[in-house]
Amino acid sequence: MNAPLALLAELTHRCPLRCLYCSNPVELTRASAELTTAEWARVFDEAAALGCLQVHLSGGEPTARRDIVAITAAAHEAGLYTNMITAGVLLDAALMARLKEAGLDHVQLSVQDSDPQGAERIGGMKGAQPRKEAAARMVRDAGLPLTLNAVVHRQNLHNLPRLIDLALAWGAGRLEVAHVQYYGWALANRDALLPTRDQLDDATRIVDAARLAHRGRLVIDYVVPDYHASRPKACMGGWGSRFLAVSPAGRVLPCHAAESISGMEFPSVRDTSLRDAWENSAAFNRFRGTDWMPAPCRGCDHAERDWGGCRCQAFALTGDAAATDPACGLSPHHGLLAAALSEATTTEFRYREFR
Amino acid sequence: MTPRFSPGVRLHHDKARDRWVVMAPERMFVPDETALEVLRLVDGARDVDGIIDALAAKFDAPRDVIATDVRAMLDDLVARGAVVT
Repeated sequence: MNAPLALLAELTHRCPLRCLYCSNPVELTRASAELTTAEWARVFDEAAALGCLQVHLSGGEPTARRDIVAITAAAHEAGLYTNMITAGVLLDAALMARLKEAGLDHVQLSVQDSDPQGAERIGGMKGAQPRKEAAARMVRDAGLPLTLNAVVHRQNLHNLPRLIDLALAWGAGRLEVAHVQYYGWALANRDALLPTRDQLDDATRIVDAARLAHRGRLVIDYVVPDYHASRPKACMGGWGSRFLAVSPAGRVLPCHAAESISGMEFPSVRDTSLRDAWENSAAFNRFRGTDWMPAPCRGCDHAERDWGGCRCQAFALTGDAAATDPACGLSPHHGLLAAALSEATTTEFRYREFR
Repeated sequence: MTPRFSPGVRLHHDKARDRWVVMAPERMFVPDETALEVLRLVDGARDVDGIIDALAAKFDAPRDVIATDVRAMLDDLVARGAVVT
């Protein structure tokens, strides 16, 4: 059994933005159920002892927690390389300085569009863009490396060249161009988000050209959407293989979307250690390795390359979490993706909200 | 030309697996032996010639062979965003 390399710490589901593609579950956790500072400190110590090298402090919006400096310090003191994944709109220079002092290593700042009006419509927050630009400056002034994260989809892909310009103008050393992955709120809004094949091909060409043009200055990571794929992604590098997430309420998950699979019970850090959850829980062992695989994954040459794709997507699209991911051309359900693409014509969507 | 680590990049000893890892923003990679030898000499003070000299002496190898390897390795590390020159 491998030890995990990275921990995603979803500190809260609270967020001033309401992005229509949010990767949080549709059932959001309330503040009263969130883990305490001390509980997170224990999680970080246990993660480091288990073999994790990096932590991603995420949410929701991590800086919505009033103890974010203490949480960052605890992650750093545990020996973890500490990334913060933020919308940036709650940052001020004093908080940025305290986070740096606490040992923060890197900031990933989200941007919803290059055009401020487009960004307001997609993120559902007025005045977000100037605050994000200011946040980028604070990160740079603090001497921390900055990644800009641009989630792309049918409603902003026409601005991709300008998003790349924005990353350069805001001083990012790295840009993630991430096509939406269809879980949670994104799945609910899929018809408004799915890109056309032409949009995807254009985006890929634009990214390839920009990588060459800005070599040594801007690293671009590119995440493709699997609705146009014929092979599934190696989701999380395999279930329970390299990665674990802890939800705001303390559930230990093989990926942040895993709670969308109904009928699965995930261990809680309030009842068990991370090591016990990783090594011994039924949830982590359910889809680990290849023994669980049915046809056409069983015996497939790609079984240890893509690990059957994504369990959450298999469940969301077929109702069976053990099915081959429909993103695979060998899946009997592969036609579902083409059907979804042909139905994706609306511009109507629902904002993320607490229910 | 004096290479140094990009902001947020450092060599880290991975105790659980007893190996050296290049830690970077939301990324990590395990350098091969050649890359590790080069990265250990990247200190922001030593220039490329200095790194080549140090490795040629350490491995008692022809300087031009070492120079080719080191330049190729640094070029790759720059492309990955791990090192700036």
